[in-house]
Amino acid sequence: MSERMILPIGPQHPLLKEPTHFKFTLEGEKIVDADIRLGYNHRGIEKACEERTYLQDLYMVERICGICSFVHSTNFAQATEDILKVEIPQRAKYLRVIVGELERIHSHLLWLGVAGHEIGFDTLFMLSWRDREIVQDLLEIITGNRVNYSFNTIGGVRKDLSKEEIDQTIKGLKVLEEQTKYFADVATKETTFIGRVAGVGYLPKEVALSHCAVGPTARGSGVDIDVRRDLPYAAYGEIPFNVITSDRGDVLGRTIVRVGETLEAINIVRYAIEHLPSGPITAKVPRKVQPGEAFSRYEAPRGEAVLYARANGTEKPDRIKVRAPTLANLASVRHTLLNQTVADIPIIVAAIDPCLSCTDRTSVILKQDGSPKTEEIDWAELRKRSLISKPLK
Amino acid sequence: MVIELAKILVFPGLVFLFAYAMFAQWLDRKLYARMQNRVGPRFIQPLADIVKLFSKETIIPKSVDPVLFRILPYFAFAAVATSFLFLPIMDSPITSIDGDLVIVAYLLTIPTLVLSLSGWVSATPYSIIGGIRCLSQLFSYEVPYFLSLLTPALMLGTWNINEISKGLPGMIVAHPIYILPVAVAFMVGIIALQGKLERKPFDIADAETEIVAGPFTEYSGRLFGIFRLSLDMEMIVGVSLLVAVFLGGVYPFSGALAIVSYLVKTIFVLFILAYIKTAVARIKINQMIDFGWMVLAPLSLLGILLVVLLHMGGIL
Repeated sequence: MSERMILPIGPQHPLLKEPTHFKFTLEGEKIVDADIRLGYNHRGIEKACEERTYLQDLYMVERICGICSFVHSTNFAQATEDILKVEIPQRAKYLRVIVGELERIHSHLLWLGVAGHEIGFDTLFMLSWRDREIVQDLLEIITGNRVNYSFNTIGGVRKDLSKEEIDQTIKGLKVLEEQTKYFADVATKETTFIGRVAGVGYLPKEVALSHCAVGPTARGSGVDIDVRRDLPYAAYGEIPFNVITSDRGDVLGRTIVRVGETLEAINIVRYAIEHLPSGPITAKVPRKVQPGEAFSRYEAPRGEAVLYARANGTEKPDRIKVRAPTLANLASVRHTLLNQTVADIPIIVAAIDPCLSCTDRTSVILKQDGSPKTEEIDWAELRKRSLISKPLK
Repeated sequence: MVIELAKILVFPGLVFLFAYAMFAQWLDRKLYARMQNRVGPRFIQPLADIVKLFSKETIIPKSVDPVLFRILPYFAFAAVATSFLFLPIMDSPITSIDGDLVIVAYLLTIPTLVLSLSGWVSATPYSIIGGIRCLSQLFSYEVPYFLSLLTPALMLGTWNINEISKGLPGMIVAHPIYILPVAVAFMVGIIALQGKLERKPFDIADAETEIVAGPFTEYSGRLFGIFRLSLDMEMIVGVSLLVAVFLGGVYPFSGALAIVSYLVKTIFVLFILAYIKTAVARIKINQMIDFGWMVLAPLSLLGILLVVLLHMGGIL
């Protein structure tokens, strides 16, 4: 098999949880070239945001991602508060940290399960998802919802934390900590697991920097970045925590970073609950937002998420732009895939924890011969197509 | 004549094999699920799966050779069903000839070859990669598997499965030191069987997240059902062979009770197989070949070496 062969993966394939397309050129089992195509899941959320009021948008951006929904709603709330020049109450800041870190725990446990499944270690998948239920239940107790929490509001949070809820959270965190330590043990000691992740998908530090990798992908390659520490938002400036990095650069490094971050997140939640200040949870904000623009950064479980908002003095924003962390990390995926084997594809792709429908901001239609069909449309036409009242033909 | 036919087709032949294969699949899935803290399937689920597959439309892609594509599953089925005739379920197997150990070992190779061939016939990237992996895998586990079967055969100086299973317990009772080579060979045999059945950690040929269903990708409906059925039956045949060769077959019972000891022993082996499946991740094909030749093959040679040394030491 010295002949080259094309292996298409996606848009529908058991490896992928969301539609995307990979085209691998193989020599035997070795990958010599990889091509990634995005754009199967463009939902026009940014455009939809321009059609709605700020408060409606808060729930709209929450639906960008099904896993890190709190990331986007906090980002939007922060940007709007920034334009309004409103300082939210201290208690609200701590509550945002608590929910945000619980979400990080749930996202990382979910990733661990997916990673296990990708390398055929279904036992790890089942057990980590079982224990993820604990944190899901905690989130439901605190916010009332399991996935899209609807916890934020512009100027604070919508729900306070009661004494019983705190007790339940502390109890749940104890179980979570034990289980996460067990998973950390499995992920660093189980021979077949190590055999599948050690040395696989190597991303050198320079490449991670030049390809603008973020989050655990960058930290797994020894790049010491974390928005929570570098540019503190909410109450992170007052909470002591460690930024976990690993110099390994392979999938094992990223696993170590994620498991370490889960343990660190448990400590952050504990600290935040113990030092929860008293006081109101919302600040009063006007319905109309004065003209201005703001930029908000948030350390999502997958890396830095960025939201840009521009206000024009009305009830609706003029422009919303969201950059999900997956877009920043995708560039490094191609590099890590080269010279690896077919068996490594699932775990390497999964190692950045891709969230493709959060990322897509455009659709590209391919012609029969595979070349993109391009078409120039003017702003008015684009706007017409984006209007929700007029469905696409 | 009628009795012979009934033996071959009903009990302990084809129908029993089918029923026990369904039970074994259920047991395997249930154990796997319980060890993962899941509920697991209902008792009737494996049968329902087969019935469903048989009642579904069979799609034959344009790119395949239709004749070969259609007959390949039946080859696997026939090879597995035939090999079961040589295995002692009751007091003695349905048929028994000198050298049937070799016949069964070869018949059990056919499903793997058929699988890789069906991957090639399907002519799509996933199935071709699956087919190649099937064959490369074959070379890593087949030699240790044969060598491990050879160990008890060498001990007793016969190639007849029935004679081995009848003779082994007595021999071990007389000379307990012989437990050593048998234990080593049994260990190798179980791991190699895991590879033969394409179960974790050796489910490389149909690795779901990489190549969809490997050689099966294009198969559907009845043809896929027959493939699934023959793999389920291969598990029973493989397990029964291990029981017959290493665990003394139906010993210590005889007559009607023989089936009890057969069931107990096979369920014990099935439990070990399910346990291995739960505890490990899928390894890569190069790791599998390394493992097969660096660990399994030397271990199986060690078993044979022990037998030879014990023979030379004059214990027998």
